[in-house]
Amino acid sequence: MAIDTGPAPSTAPEPPSDAPPKDLVMHLWRGDASGGRFQEYHVAPQEGEVVLDVVHRIQATQAPDLAVRWNCKAGKCGSCSAEINGRPALMCMTRMSTLPTDQPVTVSPMRAFPIMRDLVTDVSYNFEVAKLIPAFKPGPKDPDGLHRMAQVDIDRGQEFHKCIECFLCQNVCHVIRDHEENKPRYAGPRFFVRLAELEMHPLDTLDRRDYIHEDMGIGYCNITKCCTEVCPEDIHITDNAIIPLKERIVDSRYDPVAWLGRKITGRPTPLRASEARKHTGAAHAQPPAAATPEPGDSA
Amino acid sequence: MTDTERYDFDVVVIGAGGAGLRAAIEAREKGARTALVCKSLLGKAHTVMAEGGIAAALGSVWPEDSWEVHFRDTMRGGKMLNNWRMAQIHALESPDRVLELEEWGALFDRTPDGRILQRDFGGHRYARLAHVGDRTGLEMIRALQHRAVSIGIDVFMECKIVRLLQDGTGAVNGAVGFWRESGRFLTFGAKAVVLATGGIGKAWKFTTNSWECTGDGMALALWAGADLIDMEAVQFHPTGMVWPPSARGLLVTEGVRGDGGVLKNRDGERFMFNYISPFFAAETAETIEEGDHWYTNKKDFRRPPELLPRDEVARAINSEVKAGRGSPHGGVFLDIASRRTPEEIRRLLPSMYHQFKELADIDITTTPMEVGPTCHYAMGGIRVEADSEATTVAGLYAAGETAGGMHGSNRLGGNSLSDLVVFGRRAGLAAAERALEIPGAPQVSEAQVVDVTRHATSYFDNEGAEDAYAVHRELQETMQALVGIIRIESELLEAKEKLAVLAERASKCAVEGNLQFNPGWHLALDLESMLAVSNCTTLSAIERRESRGGHTRDDYPGFRPEFENVNMITRLVDGEYVVAQEPKPQMPDELAKLFEEGAH
Repeated sequence: MAIDTGPAPSTAPEPPSDAPPKDLVMHLWRGDASGGRFQEYHVAPQEGEVVLDVVHRIQATQAPDLAVRWNCKAGKCGSCSAEINGRPALMCMTRMSTLPTDQPVTVSPMRAFPIMRDLVTDVSYNFEVAKLIPAFKPGPKDPDGLHRMAQVDIDRGQEFHKCIECFLCQNVCHVIRDHEENKPRYAGPRFFVRLAELEMHPLDTLDRRDYIHEDMGIGYCNITKCCTEVCPEDIHITDNAIIPLKERIVDSRYDPVAWLGRKITGRPTPLRASEARKHTGAAHAQPPAAATPEPGDSA
Repeated sequence: MTDTERYDFDVVVIGAGGAGLRAAIEAREKGARTALVCKSLLGKAHTVMAEGGIAAALGSVWPEDSWEVHFRDTMRGGKMLNNWRMAQIHALESPDRVLELEEWGALFDRTPDGRILQRDFGGHRYARLAHVGDRTGLEMIRALQHRAVSIGIDVFMECKIVRLLQDGTGAVNGAVGFWRESGRFLTFGAKAVVLATGGIGKAWKFTTNSWECTGDGMALALWAGADLIDMEAVQFHPTGMVWPPSARGLLVTEGVRGDGGVLKNRDGERFMFNYISPFFAAETAETIEEGDHWYTNKKDFRRPPELLPRDEVARAINSEVKAGRGSPHGGVFLDIASRRTPEEIRRLLPSMYHQFKELADIDITTTPMEVGPTCHYAMGGIRVEADSEATTVAGLYAAGETAGGMHGSNRLGGNSLSDLVVFGRRAGLAAAERALEIPGAPQVSEAQVVDVTRHATSYFDNEGAEDAYAVHRELQETMQALVGIIRIESELLEAKEKLAVLAERASKCAVEGNLQFNPGWHLALDLESMLAVSNCTTLSAIERRESRGGHTRDDYPGFRPEFENVNMITRLVDGEYVVAQEPKPQMPDELAKLFEEGAH
């Protein structure tokens, strides 16, 4: 049974008097963009469960309209990100047995994104940033039609490709967690990983360094490593992606020897922000159809 | 009347897993205005859970490999029920599709000389699966996702399609759905629609499938008058997790066996040597020594029986457990710890290492895994024309798991990811070609739109105690118990009756709350699809009175000649789902020769 526990998430609600003592006590955030509160649910524990199992059981038996985003329940799709006892994590990979049993387990939506409903947030910011990334542009193939790459040269890229886009790193990043105003000029850790993967791809031919500095706002990151700590895939976001990107940018922009070298050898200068946009999805938007009625037309 | 948002496109692709993404890319690149509609966020589709690899005769590890060998393996794995032309196209085109993924940024594991590394899998004569550790599906979906975004495809995320729209001739000309976030309805006008919604695994209790796999595409096709084919053919993957209970059914990749893992019973016996069927006896090792040599010398030795096709291995595990020789939690042991070093295991199978460590507190580098069969894949699906993926309804195409025919009665591991991109591309191409030939804007019927929105919201008006979660649970228990890995007529007939009752109950589900991100409502609508498709599976399973591939009948063991050349077709006729036997297309002589005695 759901018990309305009032608007204050920090004060523990009184447990109902008729609840069996051994039940799990769960405080799930319920609400929408206009506001909400934690509600208390009691469920019997089952062996080996993860937080998502318990949330599903509450949904199936007590709160059929409880909104929760999930897909694979195996830590592979990155859909069920939330804050469990205040700690950002995947609900499907957090075993109940790892959480303290002497206090209620709280589950709340990711804080850095606008609430849609209950545990579901509006993560569209991330998909908008994704459209701005200048796409992979490989060099020519070998005469036999193949690309050859040494395993050692793709190990780092494969680390970055483990990203399941759970956006927990975005959620904890200080630059945007409590600073909505920074979002338009900051890509966030997930996309620094994506950019690092492209920059370090042995076949890629674009140089995105100026773009990363000017449009993606990597300078805002002050390498506190919060992103690395919450990554469920153990990607070394700060050490392996962000710091090397920062170093590359410093090298290209402020190193007079490199600058002179480019002048002398005639190596192409790095892609400027304005040119980079030509390589993004935004530059390829589909033309409108001849006869598309305005959205909102009544059927 | 419900207000709906209205969008017109040349091609609307429903489903954004591997097949949907590849179809949308192709349609867009051919100049069609293309929409991609998916129930989840982009990049979360069930394809991300594919682990072991993508099968293609690249020949980078074994130059002896060729499309002919891949074709032959695929047909034999499917117990010859496959649509021969689809199996041929698949074997011919999958190498190009793999190289194309690399051109779009995918980073497959490499051979020492820098080419794409390939791994062994069940039923494949040569090491043939291009892979990235054990997370190949994620790599593939990201490469496709980035490509789709970079060419500016319009993506409608978290949007469920409820019904297709049709013109006066029956041709599909649009679809109606709603945003899951707001419950607001959308109408798509389209000159062609591609269905790429994946499988129906969520109708079973123990399954590797994610919540999205509710058979939506198959049901949409049925309701529009299209045929389904061979729906009785359901793959139970031999190795799913069996413990802890909440993780039961989760996939354990076949890559564990491909990389040397072996199956053992309670007594430590490699029991698979007791289950080599005559169909595969000539190509399977008879001794442990011979099987072990095969990994490094495929010319002189035959493969170990752990790498028989999945239907064979799943049945064997089922029999061992039934005979009381199972593991403590009702599975068998999958042992890689004694076969590879801890470093190799962590490198080759990082997701499996992580999954068992996190969910079961088991270290697979020191301890065998407990595994058992779990519902994994629908070989059956929407009947399509092999070259164009056109369904039997004009303007409607289907690709990937939602389409049928390619895999016959049993799919080989690795042939799914390649299926997605080979036939996704062809479906997108054919849909774009049709759309670009049709002038003007699609004229959808407003009356049809109103009917759909009215029906979809009617669950909010239902009163009573029926609850979608309870009906879904009963559906899963029914399919698990009565239409599972081993079937018998009396139980199938019982399932048919139960499904009729469940359908009646499902139509009366009462939904609490409002239209905004309401999982109870979404499930009520998904149940419509699951029940329609489960019906067709059950009808086909009753009708095929033999055992073949993923369809095992206790009352009709073995192949039977009268079913050898027959496809089971299910369709909706006057409001009833009916099954009919139709002749299977026959392959030309030059391909048939590949199957003669001694041919490789």
